[in-house]
Amino acid sequence: MTDLYTSQRAMRNMRKAAMQRGVIAILDVGTSKIACLILRFDGPDRLREQDGVGPMAGQSQFRVIGAATTRSRGVRFGEIAVMNETERAIRTAVQAAQKMANVRVDHVIACFAGAEPRSYGLEGELDLQDSVVTEQDVSRVLASCDVPDLGQGREVLHAQPVNFALDHRSGLGDPRGQIGHRLAVDMHLLSVDGDVVQNLLYCIKRCDLELAGIASSAYVSAISSLVEDEQELGAACIDMGGGATGISIFMKKHMIYADSVRMGGDHVTSDISKGLQIPMATAEKIKTRHGGLYATGMDDREMIDIGGDSGDWEKDRRQITRTELIGIMRPRVEEILEEVRATLDAAGFDTLPSQQIVLTGGGSQIPGLDGIATRVLGQRVRLGRPLRVQGLPQAATGAAFASAVGLCLFAAHPQDEWWDFEIPAERYPARSLRRAVKWFKDNW
Amino acid sequence: MQSLTARRPASRVRRDPAPSRWAYRVQRWMLTPYVRGFVMKGLPTLILLGAGALWLGQEPNRQAVVGQLTHLRDEFEARPEFRVSLARVEGASDDLAEAVRAKLALPLPMSSFDIDLDAARDRIETLDAVQKADLRVRSGGVLQVLITERVPVAVWRTEDGLTLVDETGHRVAGLLSRSDRADLPLIAGEGADTATPEALDLIAAAGPLTPRVRGLVRMGERRWDIVLDRNQRILLPEKNPVQALERLLALDHAQDLMNRDILTVDLRSDHRPTLRLTPNALADIRRAQGLETVENEL
Repeated sequence: MTDLYTSQRAMRNMRKAAMQRGVIAILDVGTSKIACLILRFDGPDRLREQDGVGPMAGQSQFRVIGAATTRSRGVRFGEIAVMNETERAIRTAVQAAQKMANVRVDHVIACFAGAEPRSYGLEGELDLQDSVVTEQDVSRVLASCDVPDLGQGREVLHAQPVNFALDHRSGLGDPRGQIGHRLAVDMHLLSVDGDVVQNLLYCIKRCDLELAGIASSAYVSAISSLVEDEQELGAACIDMGGGATGISIFMKKHMIYADSVRMGGDHVTSDISKGLQIPMATAEKIKTRHGGLYATGMDDREMIDIGGDSGDWEKDRRQITRTELIGIMRPRVEEILEEVRATLDAAGFDTLPSQQIVLTGGGSQIPGLDGIATRVLGQRVRLGRPLRVQGLPQAATGAAFASAVGLCLFAAHPQDEWWDFEIPAERYPARSLRRAVKWFKDNW
Repeated sequence: MQSLTARRPASRVRRDPAPSRWAYRVQRWMLTPYVRGFVMKGLPTLILLGAGALWLGQEPNRQAVVGQLTHLRDEFEARPEFRVSLARVEGASDDLAEAVRAKLALPLPMSSFDIDLDAARDRIETLDAVQKADLRVRSGGVLQVLITERVPVAVWRTEDGLTLVDETGHRVAGLLSRSDRADLPLIAGEGADTATPEALDLIAAAGPLTPRVRGLVRMGERRWDIVLDRNQRILLPEKNPVQALERLLALDHAQDLMNRDILTVDLRSDHRPTLRLTPNALADIRRAQGLETVENEL
């Protein structure tokens, strides 16, 4: 646990250094594409004059100066499967983005979808020595949470204090300086497979970059797609990516649950490819051009050339109707949504006061998805697009870039995590100077 | 007939091949400000300088460059716009102008860049009769020499002969006979030329005695004697000779002193003038006083 604490702290320091240098790269390692955005941080004052309204969610503090995306290779289910291929893909994206921005970046913040995230709710309680809550008390109450057994080789990705309670008052955002006797905290902890993180770290290191932060893609796409009241009142964000579908539930502006379903748009493509006996590239093209989920009478008459490169006339002139294509796509999409439904049920989403569901990610662009999602997930479903950030190219404003944009916001305004608080003095090594200082403070 | 070269349809999938590790690194280096500045500016400068230095390091090349530059310079200087073909001497008498031309000794026509005006002026100013010379190159290729002549104010007699001097005592020219410049006062004695201004003051102050003055003699390079006709001499003091002379003139005016039978008037002591009578006058005075003296040669 201390290991992770220090490594996460090191990443935070790296992020601070990057902020000082003014440039940082955002890397979204997905199954179907790898996106790289380069952010330039500049003072909030200069930009505040321009937009007049004032900073919205703080995203006016940065500007995207470089953006590049490349076809992903070597990534399956949001996890790195072939290291060399992934490294090359990352290199391609970073190089193109650097070329566009015309600056060199050394620090990168990355996100990924897979690695079997698991959520834990942690609780901690502490009797205050003083009646006033100090920063040390907050650290101590965070330290008093008993961490469950995460399992072999699992690491903590996010650990955010969600709620503080003082005596009988709950729902405190920041308890410091308040008066009470008993401080309690609820913490949300997200653990992922450590090997996946290690692989990503290795790939990024091989590209001469330094990792300044790491995030779950379900979390960051929710940051960018959920509007403020949805985050406050409670909502689930479903990020339908290529190889994995991320689910995150927000409440009171904090993530309280995250999970992922290991199915996504690539499975739909492979169904089409298998069903029609065509290559994956063609299947992907047909899916994006003609795909849909609701068949109408007109679709029977819409013929789609599926072609082939065999040289056989009969095979190369194959045609299907759009209805057939929809017939292939729909069961798989329904299956994904049902898996999502099961996950949400397991998380107890139906007990939340607001049951808004937001679909985002590249997979949410299938026409008619909202109709099916309404049937499977409930009435309150909408399609979400990421927030608009300054300087983002038009081509990168779609739902497929929700996690990249969310990662920008995450880079500019990260939430307080466990490791942002100070280590309680008792946990310091026995000969620490801080411990001596504390002893003096307590005895004089 | 059909072409046998395969005509593949353009690939629909956009390829973006990954850069090699080294291409990626080089691009990142080039995006580093210092490295980019060095490669884009420093390196070309270094290469150019190095190549130039290497080329100039060889003796023939260097000589060729110097020769070329010299040739260009010569060509420029030889242009007709800069040629001086005439020297005009102004402000000098004909004889002096000839002497000045001889001293100038420039092989005209020549380029104005080649004329050393300072040296030429110094050469001309070595002529005694020239007080100041101004040389300038005028448009039209004329070298103008403006001469200020020395004006002789006195004739200085030395053992070698007669010399004309100006008011500072500088030699102007030689003189064959005194009668050539009878209008100028005569001075004599060693060091007389350096004290010429004082001599001029004295002559100006001489007033009624002027027609009788034959000349001034410098005695021991410190004081003046005025020599009048009838071998009369006025011995002037070292300091304030003009005042002494004025006092004498006042005395002369009152008592008609200088017309008497006097050999010298000694004004060297400012307490009293001392007279020296001619022997006859002295004998007459003594006879009148009833004193008998032994006559001798003195």
